[in-house]
Amino acid sequence: MNFTEFFISFPEMSKESLRLFKKSLDGAYRNFSREYGDTIEAVFDPVLYFLVWFEKILQNSPWPIVIIVFLLLIYYGSRSVALTISSLIAFLLIGYFGMWDDTMSTVSIIGVCTLMSIGLGIPIGILMSGSDRARAAITPILDIMQTMPSFVYLIPVVMLLGIGKIPGLLAVIIYAIPPIIRLTDLGIREVNKEVLEAADAFGANRTQKLFRVQLPLALPTIFAGINQTIMMALAMVVIASMIGVKGLGQPVLKAITNQYFTMGLLNGLAIVALAIIFDRVSQSFGKRMQQYRAGANE
Amino acid sequence: MSEIKIKIENLYKIFGSRPREYTDIVRDGVDKDELLSKYNHVLGLDNISLDIKEHSIQVVMGLSGSGKSTLIRHINRLIEPTEGTVTVDGEDITKLNKMDLLEFRRNKTGMVFQRFALFPHQNILDNVQFGLSIKNLDKSDSIERAMYWIEKVGLTGFENKFPNQLSGGMQQRVGLARALATDPDILLMDEAFSALDPLIRTDMQDQLLDLQKNLNKTIMFITHDLDEALKLGDRIAILNGGKLVQDGNAEEILLKPADQYVANFVKDVNRIKVLKIKTILDQGGERTNSNPTVNVNDSIENCLPAILESQSGLNVIDEKNNFVGSVSKNKIIDILQKSND
Repeated sequence: MNFTEFFISFPEMSKESLRLFKKSLDGAYRNFSREYGDTIEAVFDPVLYFLVWFEKILQNSPWPIVIIVFLLLIYYGSRSVALTISSLIAFLLIGYFGMWDDTMSTVSIIGVCTLMSIGLGIPIGILMSGSDRARAAITPILDIMQTMPSFVYLIPVVMLLGIGKIPGLLAVIIYAIPPIIRLTDLGIREVNKEVLEAADAFGANRTQKLFRVQLPLALPTIFAGINQTIMMALAMVVIASMIGVKGLGQPVLKAITNQYFTMGLLNGLAIVALAIIFDRVSQSFGKRMQQYRAGANE
Repeated sequence: MSEIKIKIENLYKIFGSRPREYTDIVRDGVDKDELLSKYNHVLGLDNISLDIKEHSIQVVMGLSGSGKSTLIRHINRLIEPTEGTVTVDGEDITKLNKMDLLEFRRNKTGMVFQRFALFPHQNILDNVQFGLSIKNLDKSDSIERAMYWIEKVGLTGFENKFPNQLSGGMQQRVGLARALATDPDILLMDEAFSALDPLIRTDMQDQLLDLQKNLNKTIMFITHDLDEALKLGDRIAILNGGKLVQDGNAEEILLKPADQYVANFVKDVNRIKVLKIKTILDQGGERTNSNPTVNVNDSIENCLPAILESQSGLNVIDEKNNFVGSVSKNKIIDILQKSND
């Protein structure tokens, strides 16, 4: 290799060693997934049962009852009559255009993903807020989770767990959990230092400080994180449908492959409707929790 | 009456990455500016020793950066000392382990903060109850005690309001009630009234003195306001650049300032308003019947009308109406002239 060539073409590794490198990595992972795939799948069984059970309840209950329960939740969350009525119209249209069952599947997987993200994300966020070292370790992982194209981590997940609800759930959680972790961390770190000092001065221990001062004061920020998590989970619905998650994503996928414009549009609009309802409800619920800031007190 | 409650001995605090390495050079006389410019460490406290008597109000005064807020945070160890000891009731609190320190803070001290530091998400009742709830006391009992203190500071009817619905003065009364609710021996007040406007500040000072008559707490009060210090303090300690430059009562600070720094501090004070008759009293002697009579605890200012009427001076009596001495007219004229310098 002469001097000028060195600068003109990048000195890359040989095709043969690259092929070997890929092959050995793939082989190692394939062996790993054959060895432990079933065990890891078994770990997720309880989640799967819960997800199936939740989906069944939503799909098998009479639709008027489901709508009434939804509307009650929406009203309780938002205290807005306009939003409740708009939601009613949206649900009726979704049902009328034959998308009820798919919508219920989507709601159930979004619901479970959100609950799991909250359950995992808030403790991780608390851990990060308490230790700069933990924060330095976790932040790059969150960056990877948010920027890595979802298809890339779908490959190992599908290799490990096959196609179905659980891999879909994992893919959605990986994509949707970072905001709640970040905003829990941020919310706790933002708590006024003087207020924390006051808690210290009265002899509060770590747990008391966390539950009586830090978390309550971080709650509005945490809620912004929950809102973001729900929105990102909804955005993943179509991609998750590629690995066998039922719901509104599947008809969209079908519409893409077969060029069914109207079918795609209708299901897309149903996803938009769900997103708007989730967003408005969680936002106004979050806002009401920080009423004390505005000084509004009934 | 005058047991020593808090004993601070040879306390050093240096902020920075390796504070312990620099205590020796500080002891050898390196001052705050030099330590910062040459060694990049901040001198917080420089060999502070101070005895605080039980049931007294000890004021600590100084400009910003003098170390006064650092000092008060050593009493409940919100800040760890670099060297030295703080002894409360004979116990060295710098040696307490984590659990004992929490217990100490829960039971022995209450603290009031400059910017109130109330819990914005809790209503007034819960704020006042905070210290009690930390101790896991019986709920109804702690509500009762909190309500008692809310009433004491004059906030009955506001229990369900949130801090930001209250004015500054009211918020600081919540802060005071919160600190008193656990019935601590020691009350730490870090510029507690500095953020309030002047009228409300005077109000709060009066209220504190009023409460103290019955409570008999040991109070450490931080301020940068000399008038406040003279009004509240049984003793006044003055800090400059982390050093204690003088500790004494109001008269000593005014009449015998330890150095130029203190002298500058007290320069503009209206002496005759602060100084009491007892500080210029000539003890003993005979009552002069033609002269008016004043009390030892009156300020000179309050006696001015009597002085104008008098022939040669004033008769002075104590609280029990016993004659204790006299003050000559010339002496008062002397002091009036000095305070106009």
